[in-house]
Amino acid sequence: MRKFKEFIIEKLILLCGLASIFFVALIFLFLLKEGLAVFKTVGLFSFLGGKSWYPISEPPHLGILPLILGSLWVTLGAAIISVPIGVACAVYIAEISPGKIKEVLKAGIELLAAIPSVVLGFIGMVTLVPLVKSIFHLPTGLTALSGSIMLAFMAMPTIVSIAEDALYSVPKIYKEGALALGATHWQTIWRVILPAASKGILAAVMLGIGRVIGETMAVMMITGNAAVIPQSILVPVRTLTATIAAEMGEAVVGGEHYFALFAIGIILFVISFIINVTADLFLHKRQ
Amino acid sequence: MVAFKIRDLNIWFNDVHALKQVSLDVEANEILSIIGPSNSGKTTFLRMLNRLNDLEPSFRMEGEVKFEKEDIIRMDAETVRRKVGMVFALPLPLPLSIFDNVAYGVRMQGIRHKGKLTAQVEEALKQAYLWEEVKDRLSESAFKLSGGQQQRLCIARTLAVAPQVILFDEPCSGLDPISTAKVEEAMLKLKQKYTIVLVTNNVKQAARVGDRTAFFLSGELIELDQTDKIFTAPADKRTDGYIRGKFG
Repeated sequence: MRKFKEFIIEKLILLCGLASIFFVALIFLFLLKEGLAVFKTVGLFSFLGGKSWYPISEPPHLGILPLILGSLWVTLGAAIISVPIGVACAVYIAEISPGKIKEVLKAGIELLAAIPSVVLGFIGMVTLVPLVKSIFHLPTGLTALSGSIMLAFMAMPTIVSIAEDALYSVPKIYKEGALALGATHWQTIWRVILPAASKGILAAVMLGIGRVIGETMAVMMITGNAAVIPQSILVPVRTLTATIAAEMGEAVVGGEHYFALFAIGIILFVISFIINVTADLFLHKRQ
Repeated sequence: MVAFKIRDLNIWFNDVHALKQVSLDVEANEILSIIGPSNSGKTTFLRMLNRLNDLEPSFRMEGEVKFEKEDIIRMDAETVRRKVGMVFALPLPLPLSIFDNVAYGVRMQGIRHKGKLTAQVEEALKQAYLWEEVKDRLSESAFKLSGGQQQRLCIARTLAVAPQVILFDEPCSGLDPISTAKVEEAMLKLKQKYTIVLVTNNVKQAARVGDRTAFFLSGELIELDQTDKIFTAPADKRTDGYIRGKFG
């Protein structure tokens, strides 16, 4: 009887494990089926490299280059802001801050991670957007820059917490070895601890960027959503994610527009996949 | 000449009284071996001499530690550590080439001149008895060296920053007998130029290389005398018991 019970439990757990893989496979297949259909009418290169996105004109222009560039601008901007601040913050928490401040900071970072993105987007819309508008004397503050700043806040908790773990996992004896040679605290951090943790920090950066690329709600609210090729970081852009979210409701099911949106989904999936795999590679090489 | 003068040293970590009323002198150019069972405070004592205990937030001390008549607590920690080098139990090469490992501390002091750097690295490797074995492969990764060579590389790295004292914290605990012999040989030669404090779990090693030997037990200094005396006619019967392997 007991053996039978063990058997049932084992099989149930196996089933749960298989189910998750099965669902992922199904989602992926569905994405492929719906997305690849667009390539019957548009070639892969004119889809990726096409400079205009007018999905409901006649005939539709389905070039997603402006959207890719939009995502790229916003992501790059967010990375430039969040990576130095995030890594510096992790170094401060892991190496410098005394006990109590460390606890407060860690709690603060977790709190930042807990703010729903739509709330951040809303706050950005009413505070950051007018600020950007008045500082740069722009016709509108809904720009890639505003999106970058907002997204930097979202990437920061990921970067800080993973980079901090990487710093903690540097063997204590490395630090002592450097100090015993007469290195100052800063020399030890800069020349020993950071290089030793570099792979984990790279993984942290990748995962932070992954978070930024996939983010939808906040960027939709504050980047202006103009599907044109951005000439600078101070113009409205439209990202891949925001395009899907904004247009899926009005696309005719089974139409070209609908298929094109799924194809964008595939592109996003591929980008996230590459980022996650790279981050994973860095993390595993470390061990 | 006295290198270290320690008087009434007490150390606590939180509520644990790790060292109790320790007073001793370390003479210049001697090898002072410190033996004792684990948890006897010998490593804590050693880490006091280059202020590595400071890294522990719960560390608290009383008493006096003077290095060449200067109170090391008042000195800048980096200055102390530059004068008092340390070799750890595990050989810990950095993931760099052999040359860069030795040049590491030198570069950290701001010396960048290529010729000067090369000379200092060569000198340090010679003093650590490693030069002959590595002179043709200085650009290879330090991880390609054997355990004993890695430990001598760490000694060279410590020597390269020109310290006056070298602290050895169980330097041979992970090495085979032949590598151990080479490290010991290096130590005996080094004492002509440096003061050496050696913490070891290996009683025989203390007998082989130590000029004087100190026996620590439960945070107290039980006995300190010439190595011959400690090993042939110890004054305290606890020392005798430990040396004979009755406990420890």
